[in-house]
Amino acid sequence: MSALEIVAAVRAGERSALAVVDEHLARIEAGDGEIHAFNAVTADLAREQAAAVDATVAAGGDPGPLAGVPIALKDNMCTAGVPTTCSSKILEGWVPPYDGTVVERVRSAGAVVVGKTNLDEFAMGSSTENSAFGPTRNPLDPTRVPGGSSGGSAAAVAADFAALSLGSDTGGSIRQPAAFCGLVGMKPTYGAVSRYGLIAFGSSLDQIGPFSRTVAESAALMEAIGGHDPLDSTSIERPPFDLQSVLDRGVDGMRIGILRELAGGEGSVDGLSADVLARTSEAASALEAAGATVTEVSVPSSTLGLSAYYMVAPAEASSNLSRFDGVRYGLRTDAATTGEMMTASRTDGFGPEVKRRIMLGTYALSAGYYDAFYGKALKVRTMMLQEFASVYADVDLLLTPTAPTTAFPLGDRTADPMTMYVNDVCTIPSNLVGHPAISVPYGVGDDGLPVGVQLLGPALSEPTIYQAAAALEAAAPTPEVAS
Amino acid sequence: MSVHEPTLPDEWELVVGLEVHVELHTATKLFCGCPNEFTHEPNTNVCPTCVGLPGSLPVMNEKAVEYAMRLGRALGCDVHPSVMARKNYFYPDMAKDFQTTQYDQPTNADGHLALADGTVVGIERAHIEEDAGKTTHVGGGGRINDATYSLVDYNRAGVPLVEIVSRPDIRTVEHAKAYVSELRDILLAIDVSDAKMEEGSMRVDANVSVRPVGSDELRTRCELKNINSVRSLGRAIEYEARRHVDLYGNGEAPRQETRHWDEDGGRSTAGRSKEDADDYRYFQEPDLVPLVPTEAEIAAIDESMPMLPAARRARLGELSTMADEVLVTVVERGQDALALGAIEAGADADKVLTRIQNDLAVDDWSAVTSESLAVLITMESGGELTATQAKQVLGEMADGAHGGDPKAIAAAHGFEAMESDELETLVDQLIADNPDEWGRFCGDDDGDRKKMQGFFTGQIMKATRGQADGRAVAELLNRKRS
Repeated sequence: MSALEIVAAVRAGERSALAVVDEHLARIEAGDGEIHAFNAVTADLAREQAAAVDATVAAGGDPGPLAGVPIALKDNMCTAGVPTTCSSKILEGWVPPYDGTVVERVRSAGAVVVGKTNLDEFAMGSSTENSAFGPTRNPLDPTRVPGGSSGGSAAAVAADFAALSLGSDTGGSIRQPAAFCGLVGMKPTYGAVSRYGLIAFGSSLDQIGPFSRTVAESAALMEAIGGHDPLDSTSIERPPFDLQSVLDRGVDGMRIGILRELAGGEGSVDGLSADVLARTSEAASALEAAGATVTEVSVPSSTLGLSAYYMVAPAEASSNLSRFDGVRYGLRTDAATTGEMMTASRTDGFGPEVKRRIMLGTYALSAGYYDAFYGKALKVRTMMLQEFASVYADVDLLLTPTAPTTAFPLGDRTADPMTMYVNDVCTIPSNLVGHPAISVPYGVGDDGLPVGVQLLGPALSEPTIYQAAAALEAAAPTPEVAS
Repeated sequence: MSVHEPTLPDEWELVVGLEVHVELHTATKLFCGCPNEFTHEPNTNVCPTCVGLPGSLPVMNEKAVEYAMRLGRALGCDVHPSVMARKNYFYPDMAKDFQTTQYDQPTNADGHLALADGTVVGIERAHIEEDAGKTTHVGGGGRINDATYSLVDYNRAGVPLVEIVSRPDIRTVEHAKAYVSELRDILLAIDVSDAKMEEGSMRVDANVSVRPVGSDELRTRCELKNINSVRSLGRAIEYEARRHVDLYGNGEAPRQETRHWDEDGGRSTAGRSKEDADDYRYFQEPDLVPLVPTEAEIAAIDESMPMLPAARRARLGELSTMADEVLVTVVERGQDALALGAIEAGADADKVLTRIQNDLAVDDWSAVTSESLAVLITMESGGELTATQAKQVLGEMADGAHGGDPKAIAAAHGFEAMESDELETLVDQLIADNPDEWGRFCGDDDGDRKKMQGFFTGQIMKATRGQADGRAVAELLNRKRS
């Protein structure tokens, strides 16, 4: 049952939200031992919440646009009374006293939170293997990774442990796992969804967004979580998007550009596999067949994205993660002095990838190095903004692969961080410029695993992106991944 | 040790710049809705944001920005579009382990502060930042590195501050003290802070160096912290300057460092050396958006700016011949409007100011109005009251006696000036009784004459129980001498 079918049935009183959530909890019970999508399953709270939805329906009230939909939340979103760990030992057992804005919004929309999902520690990674609590496996092939860092949220939907889930995307952490798990994954315009309650990784890059099996479900969840929030100063002052109403408009007359530097064209980044490029090209043809004009366009600076990202994101992270010092919450390793206690707590609490990025970022911001590293990365961001603005004068959206390959085997990329980092080469530019982008499944690779293609648009172009994504989904050669 | 000019050898000149942190008295903190109040039970005025809980975000307090800009404009600064920055360092009372402050793009820059004597001190910047919590180290030596344990109170974390950084334009201890006093008067006048040094709502750090007179070099400076009063500021600067001169005298040189002023010991002690100082890794705060005040907002601040202490002193100065110190005192106490009213009502300006300065140094003088003060001064000028009586009447006016009516108070005491022939009879009698003293009064020794004038005036006051007018007595004595 899709999320929208659940909503319709629950609102009509044909199914109880409690029965729906029980079904999902049973699947979690049966399957999550192997998959490890969840850090915590909130069965009791979920049943309570589902019962409340049923009571509202019984009383003739409005149970909300996501009534009774089981939803999973990435474990870097603060949930009052429920542990929130970022899959890190340093936050193990920490229970936030407050709900993040999106958590409040999905609950008030009637969705039922079934648990907190696994991630690469502090969202740093592309495979969910950097979790302090063990990796998540890809439900489509448990020998493969689900992608990351929101691998738990992707796996939860792919395994039908939840109908929908939320992830966060700093450099591709929603779109790449969506591609690996055969799902739709959306990274909204920076400021379209509140970050209040999202434990920060790279504050100027982070956005929360939905995972779903279909574009329509994604649109429904985006509508519920978006819109201005006075608690987030970077939140854009506008009402939530109206997305579900544009899904059937098609792409007739729409101008789509294939971004050649990220799609195997002239001057392209290396490492994009042939099957992924073939699916991308077929997707372009399908859009053309549906009435869009497709041209090849160029954003030369997009090839610098990966380098700029590995200055900006670690720099911000090095500052954001300073607060985990053993003083107020989380792990404390006692030592003789306050300073030694802080050092010992951080040494014991953070995993190797987090430490690597804190060191990278600390270095990039250091006096004497700032201009050469962090300052230069900021210049790349400015240049990319200008180049994207100029290309969007000629086309409405851009098309690229989401990830260079399909889901890779566990352990395949853990030895050399660089082989892991290049996973995000196609997704990072959207974060650096704050633009929206969506990954939509489009066929399978040579290994039979799903391929995702990515649609990128200018700031606040969500309606156009969803319109094209729906057309792409309709044209896709394989049926949606079976649950 | 002198508390006035530093006892520097003539060939040395003092160079001082001041960094003053001021707490803005907004209702709420800088980035959250918690009360701006930190005398309560520890950790009661806190929320996820000011304790730096994971996932929390700051939201700028617009009132704090307005206060900061008002202060900037009062100091003649240009108000610029500005951004917040993170200053990264680990300390338990800094909840996020970075301070949100301003770095290369402060709100206010390039202003000045004019001291009462006309000296102008440049203001480099006045920027917005958040305060830290308060740490108490328990056990051991009471310092962070030897305490048994430490307690942190985050009630003060996130309280809005403005840091005002002067240029190194200050050349004397007196000017340093005057700068702080003047700044405090401005803060009170524009109503943005309580500005109490003793309570920490105004904190002064002094950057001190010395140089040979005639040189314009800036030598190695030391930053003095833990200065808790204006008097302490003077002592600290004097000590530090002297220390530098002595070092240079011994062929050594001071190290650039932060030093801790020990008020009881009367000396500064070495703190952290700036050479191995933290690298704060400043960068723009990504969780806040730039502050871009409109011209209309700045114009509105200028429009609503109250008259500042310097202008208020100038206004009084135009009407009187009193010294600067008197004007400073009257304006500092906020009694200049009272004085102006009395002067406008026809009272003698110098007498009004003298009487206020000498006899109205009380906390509550709300019962004294310009009108009643004018009546009192006119009575004194017209000889209806002696100086002594006027002082007493003013004191009772401030207490609210007889509805604050000077005539009623004077009448109740039976105060009326002596008739002049009555006074002359008394004076003649005294001269006759004290021929030696009278002789000395009539002699050529100015000092002796003054002494004897005091003697005769005192005798007459004693005989009349203070009812005689001192000035009339002096006139009589001088007339009889010639």
